Amino acid sequence: MTTGPAEAEVVLRLDRITKRFGALTANDAVSLTLRRGEVVALLGENGAGKTTLMNILFGHYVADEGTVEVFGQPLPPGTPRAALAAGVGMVHQHFTLAGNLTVLENITLGTESLWSRSHGGARAKVERLSRDFGLAVHPDAKVGRLSVGERQRVEILKALYRDARILILDEPTAVLTPQESDALFATLRKATALGLSVIFISHKLHEVMAIADRCVVLRHGRVVGEVDTHATDKAALAALMVGGELSLPRAEARAPGPVLMRLEGVSTPDRGAAPGLKAVTLELRAGQITGLAGVSGNGQAALAEIVGGLAVPAAGQLSLHGQEPKVWSPGEALARGVARIPEDRHHQGSIADFDLTENAVLEAYRSRFSRRAWMDWRAARAFAEGIIKDYDVRCPGPSTRIRLLSGGNMQKLILGRAMAPGPDIILANQPVRGLDVGAIAYVQGQLIAARDRGAAVLLISEDLDEIMALSDVIHVMSQGRLSPGFARGTMTAADLGLWMAGQKFGDTDAA
Amino acid sequence: MRLEPIPNPSAARRLGLPALALVATLGVAMALALIAGANPLAVLGQIAKGALGSKLAILETLNRATPLIFTGLAVAVAFRAKLWNIGAEAQLYAGAIVAVLLGTGALGSPLVLPVSALAAMLAGAALLLGPVLLKTRLGVDEVVTTLLLNFIMLLFVSYLLEGPLKDPMGMGWPKSPALIPEARLPRIVDGLRLHWGFALAIIAAVVVWVIQTRTTLGFEIRAVGQNPEAARFAGMPVNTVLVKTALLSGGLAALAGWSEVAGLKGHLSSDLSPGFGYTGIIVAMLALLHPLGVILTAIFVAGIFVGSDAMSRAAGVPTYIADMLLATALLFMVLAILLTRVRVVRG
Repeated sequence: MTTGPAEAEVVLRLDRITKRFGALTANDAVSLTLRRGEVVALLGENGAGKTTLMNILFGHYVADEGTVEVFGQPLPPGTPRAALAAGVGMVHQHFTLAGNLTVLENITLGTESLWSRSHGGARAKVERLSRDFGLAVHPDAKVGRLSVGERQRVEILKALYRDARILILDEPTAVLTPQESDALFATLRKATALGLSVIFISHKLHEVMAIADRCVVLRHGRVVGEVDTHATDKAALAALMVGGELSLPRAEARAPGPVLMRLEGVSTPDRGAAPGLKAVTLELRAGQITGLAGVSGNGQAALAEIVGGLAVPAAGQLSLHGQEPKVWSPGEALARGVARIPEDRHHQGSIADFDLTENAVLEAYRSRFSRRAWMDWRAARAFAEGIIKDYDVRCPGPSTRIRLLSGGNMQKLILGRAMAPGPDIILANQPVRGLDVGAIAYVQGQLIAARDRGAAVLLISEDLDEIMALSDVIHVMSQGRLSPGFARGTMTAADLGLWMAGQKFGDTDAA
Repeated sequence: MRLEPIPNPSAARRLGLPALALVATLGVAMALALIAGANPLAVLGQIAKGALGSKLAILETLNRATPLIFTGLAVAVAFRAKLWNIGAEAQLYAGAIVAVLLGTGALGSPLVLPVSALAAMLAGAALLLGPVLLKTRLGVDEVVTTLLLNFIMLLFVSYLLEGPLKDPMGMGWPKSPALIPEARLPRIVDGLRLHWGFALAIIAAVVVWVIQTRTTLGFEIRAVGQNPEAARFAGMPVNTVLVKTALLSGGLAALAGWSEVAGLKGHLSSDLSPGFGYTGIIVAMLALLHPLGVILTAIFVAGIFVGSDAMSRAAGVPTYIADMLLATALLFMVLAILLTRVRVVRG
């Protein structure tokens, strides 16, 4: 390298990009430059405007003002192909791969001519790229059989195969184990050494500090700071991001109470690529937060369905307060004091075109908000107004359709609905995913408060930091198997990472 | 060109676009008239006159609207739950058969009318029970089963009219014996040719509206239709709700056939319904599935049919123009519904 990134040529320049959606200004004169061989982190809470900015770069939106230049050439607005042709590749948070095709087929899809199916040149190129960038993956493996980490490698190879010189990674570590994240960082270092440039979108500060050269912080659509990572620290970045000091809640250890829910040897069938539960035994105790760590898609969904009443064990037993329920359904779970905060608040937790009142009474309309067959809308509305007030749901009023709320406010309503009956078992499945820092602190604080009242909380999360900060006991899931419970403070993130990768389970099987 | 969702469409957009759809429909109608070699404005005028131009015309339109209100409600109720009942035609005939079975002397006054109405509803409900159970238990597509049941039912009616229900005095015509006078729906006002079936249809629309907005079942139906996954998660008995919806929908469609026989025709023949069951789909869609809107769109659709008959006699333009008109109205309305939720942007 003859020049450091600081003096290298500018490969991407976003110049005073402004995009408005009605009254909302999603990007307000945002400028960003990316140099050859550089990793720039784009940091910001949800709703800060990161996604909008990338959508403008990729021509999905047309900016109201401002220009995009790639390698010195202006990019025509609103043409998604232009960015690709100019050498910009994007790896989305949700992969865009066909599971029934091989790695090679996925990579070459859409680039080969209509008539020839010779993969000779393509194969050589893919093999070379995967060697150069340390992206180990077999070209003939079916993508459906790959792990999440491997699929991400395929996505990166796909971009490199199309001769991308600029890589944009949208929250790439959200689905990875700590070890897989380290491998990804190694790949990115190789890529920058080879002259590629990377935009790394994230809100995990320690990763940003580890991989990025520079960091552009967005808040409310504006650039609020641009700093070299070696000249700053995590606290300073966090303060920039949220616009002030904010400490996430940390739960202190407490003495656990009696077992409120117990799963004994519970198994469920596999569903396609998603593994079912493999003889899972789990105890949820009063006054305790049980954390469930693991890479997504390792059986957490199956476990959440069992606990939440959406599925019954194919083998094994579920008991509440020492009793085995005769029927097990969502209604039965609710009746027995199980509150559920679903993983997917848009599709499972709420009905988009229903207003806040209707969504608030979705679970209790029969027991609390009706007389015989008649809905008691007055009581329902009062209930919704109570939640809006108590849980600080920012909205025009209870008649607002819930689709118009931000993720955080939607989650607060769901939280209020779940907490209203005073549940003694709480299933919180990814409760803070996609929320801004303020909402995260609020939701986590509520879970801790519920625990302190004596509720048993099962917290399922892909974010190891969150699990480690909140849980009294931590279990790890991998391929449908559940690790033993580890008490607070007895495991490091790296230890848990080995469990997440499934490497530790062999020991227990042998024992 | 791409579609961009509109999160919160304005009232102007939500009401203006359907209105625009109707205007566009009239435009197409005029073009069709021009192709048929007639004066477009005159054709529209004659349709309007034929539908609403005299007391007789208005009553004829309202009579024609009666079965369409029932089938439109049946479809609106079912579609609200995303239960695709295409079988209102078959359920209509089920109600008509019951009207004949109980109305030709099996029961006497004063029981016959209420009993046969209830029995008709049960028959229609029972006919939709099979498809909905196949859907909830085995995942069989109800579009296919309900659609095919229409043909089975029509053939069954033909069999009845050639066999067990054939009118011995019918001079060989395939029709049933006439209903006894006690089994006929009386006229609302003496001397005016409009029977109580129309009033019943209005009452049914109000009842459906109350069910949808005020009862737990209505709340469940709307929830299941909008997002069955969230409904199930919240503890709603999704399959039970679908079965209840089907019973309500089938019962409403059956009332269409029952009121046609008991109110208008007085007997059953295989041409009782010129596709009221299918037209009910158009009626419901034009009303955006709103039960009270169904009353208006049913009258609108009936008016186009009645008016086109009259226009055809006067202007010599074929009555098929009515079908073309409704088809275009439906297409434009579907487009209008889409465009209230998304806008087309360049690039």
